Amino acid sequence: MATPCVSCGAAAFYRLFLGGRVSLTRRQGVWKAGAVELQTGTGFQILRLRHTTGVTTKKNVAALRRETYTVDFIKKQIEEFNIGKRHLANMMGEDPETFTQEDIDRAIAYLFPSGLFEKQARPVMKHPEQIFPKQRAIQWGEDGRPFHFLFYTGKQSYYSLMHEAYGKLLEAEKRQNQLQAKGLFSEKTETKDLIGSRWLIKEELEEMLVEKLSDQDYAQFIRLLERLLTLHCGAEEEFVQRFRKSVTIQSKKHLIEPVQYDEQGMAFSTSEGKRKSAKAEAVVYEHGSGRIKVNGIDYLLYFPVTQDREQLMFPFHFLDRLGKHDTTCTVSGGGRSSQAGAIRLAVARALCSFVTEEEVEWMRQAGLLTADPRVRERKKPGQEGARRKFTWKKR
Amino acid sequence: MLKRVTRLVPRACQLDPGHFLHGGPQAPQSLAARLDDQVPDENPRAGSHPSEDDPAGAGEQREGRHYRIPLQDLPTVFPHGLPRRFSLQVRTFNEACLMVRRPALELLRHLDDTNFAHPAVRYVLYGEKGTGKTLSLCHVVHFCAKRDWLIVHVPDAHLWVKSSRGLLRSAYSRRRFDQPVEAANWLKSFKTANERFLSQIKIQETYMWNKRESTEKGRPLGEVVEQGLTRVKNATDAVGIVLKELKSQSCSGAFRLLVAVDGVNALWGRTTLKREDKSLMAPEELALVHSLRKMVRNDWHGGAVVLALSQTGSLFTPRMACLPQELLGKEGFDALDPFVPILVSNYSPEEFESCIQYYLENSWLQHEKAHTEEGKKELLFLSDANPGQLERLCAYL
Repeated sequence: MATPCVSCGAAAFYRLFLGGRVSLTRRQGVWKAGAVELQTGTGFQILRLRHTTGVTTKKNVAALRRETYTVDFIKKQIEEFNIGKRHLANMMGEDPETFTQEDIDRAIAYLFPSGLFEKQARPVMKHPEQIFPKQRAIQWGEDGRPFHFLFYTGKQSYYSLMHEAYGKLLEAEKRQNQLQAKGLFSEKTETKDLIGSRWLIKEELEEMLVEKLSDQDYAQFIRLLERLLTLHCGAEEEFVQRFRKSVTIQSKKHLIEPVQYDEQGMAFSTSEGKRKSAKAEAVVYEHGSGRIKVNGIDYLLYFPVTQDREQLMFPFHFLDRLGKHDTTCTVSGGGRSSQAGAIRLAVARALCSFVTEEEVEWMRQAGLLTADPRVRERKKPGQEGARRKFTWKKR
Repeated sequence: MLKRVTRLVPRACQLDPGHFLHGGPQAPQSLAARLDDQVPDENPRAGSHPSEDDPAGAGEQREGRHYRIPLQDLPTVFPHGLPRRFSLQVRTFNEACLMVRRPALELLRHLDDTNFAHPAVRYVLYGEKGTGKTLSLCHVVHFCAKRDWLIVHVPDAHLWVKSSRGLLRSAYSRRRFDQPVEAANWLKSFKTANERFLSQIKIQETYMWNKRESTEKGRPLGEVVEQGLTRVKNATDAVGIVLKELKSQSCSGAFRLLVAVDGVNALWGRTTLKREDKSLMAPEELALVHSLRKMVRNDWHGGAVVLALSQTGSLFTPRMACLPQELLGKEGFDALDPFVPILVSNYSPEEFESCIQYYLENSWLQHEKAHTEEGKKELLFLSDANPGQLERLCAYL
């Protein structure tokens, strides 16, 4: 067996999945990236994605069919992954027992630095369950008889789920009737579970059931779950929570700068902002008269264009604090408009520390606290610019 | 008091062109103008309009108020003098109102106290762009015109060193160049501004224009001016003669002389004019510049010299330059050396308020938020109390 190039003393090499997830689409859709070739021969397994575009010829028909991974294969992958994880931990000098997935990610990013912009194109080493799409095991036994009683409906997992849910609904109704008969029924409104979470979307449900659904199926299922929720039974909460996903509120991720105090006891707050290639740092003093100095120069002289000054005015005007703060900024890079945008962001972030939570939320919704992600688009070969093509000549 | 009230009432009607409800004598007089903005009046009742015609007014309490210049005075006192934007505003509002500000008041006070036996004091107005140097100069010019001084007013010296056509070799001095067009224009304005003096002042030497024409000693100055206007080739020399005569005769005390030059840094800067061999000229080689430089020196008495710097029209100076040292350069600074610098700065809060009031009264600000406090705060922020910027902003509203 040819030894791999990595000098780590281990015979077996951990497997790297280059090219991101091997996501074989189930749809026999437009792009036919079919074949995943396994090269076994050197004990060194690399998975390569081979795109087959164009017209399907007879040769490629086999490639169009979805590759099935046998259960044994998956098991083997898992074992190899675990061994590889231990090797990696050894290489990085850490304890193999407590080597988590984040540690693996960090190690891979360190060993294989990639400058690719697309995060999913970078080298990745994850548990095979996250890499290989979920597949269904063979649904019938040796005699050809299917295992599941709903197999011939075509969507066995969906219908069994509906069956289960409806069963629970009936039980809950029965219990409620019993309680009402005994007179112990109490109206409880427990809607706290619903806030901050949402139903799974259709794609997520399909992924969970490993089965295709139609829109009507999905809608029916959600209606059933909602009906179940209205009955307010504690036992079914757990069942329903499986199908809800929490939605984190963005603003809680905000880091509000602490207010600092300088020698004279003046309160001020500092923060940074960026826009395109301009970086700015702003120091906003709590009490002042609305003077702004940029790089030591008065903002009227630094930004002769009114548009830039309007950008500076925006955070103050929004919070109605136009003449109340003094600001000193330093800015570098970019052009006049991006410098103005960078200062605006820095000032808005600095103002967060002098302002209530609610106003911070308003600012966020107004877009004052979001860094503008637009950067200059790359020029492509064969075109004159990023989008502009060369002049089309008929001949 | 009653005078004021009566003036206020028909104010609205005054916007009709040429429809003066008051008589002539009541027409407003002073022109406390600032570069672009009018400072609103502090007095809420009288709005921003002063009833004074006297530019000096009553001193400090005039500060922040507007002075009106009678429209019939404008062509005589400022035949070419007002900045473009301000003259547009005059035409729009049908009145010429300038705000009185501290630098101008200071200057006027100094001028009042001048001792005419001493050499002429030079005052230099300097400041950031758009703060009101030129209009302060105009204020002073109007003040002196009202007091019957002789005004030598060069509205923009930069025009003389830039893009001039028709450069001629000077007949008087081989090294220098004439600018007939600019000289002729200036002579025309000078004539309109100082009609009454032209017949009074007599020249003290004979000047030979060419073999056939000459002006003898004792003839009125008006003839020199006429000669310059009719024979454009001699215009530059005529200018030189006029300036020389005025300088020598102001010592006699017959009249007071005010030399007001705007953009004086042009005299010591660089030019964009080329000689025949396409090499750049230095300002000394221009006869007009040469004579003006002599005028601005303080070797005469009986008057005052008020100068204003300007970066806006200047050549080859950085945008941020506003101090006399930077704009005049070493040579200019030394030439002007003992001078009184007067800083013209942005509006103070009261002046800003006054300006906005003036615009509101003239219905110049049509935006619904212009009356409100928030609107004013916005304007204050956006213009940073700079008169020029405020005027440009308000033009959109």
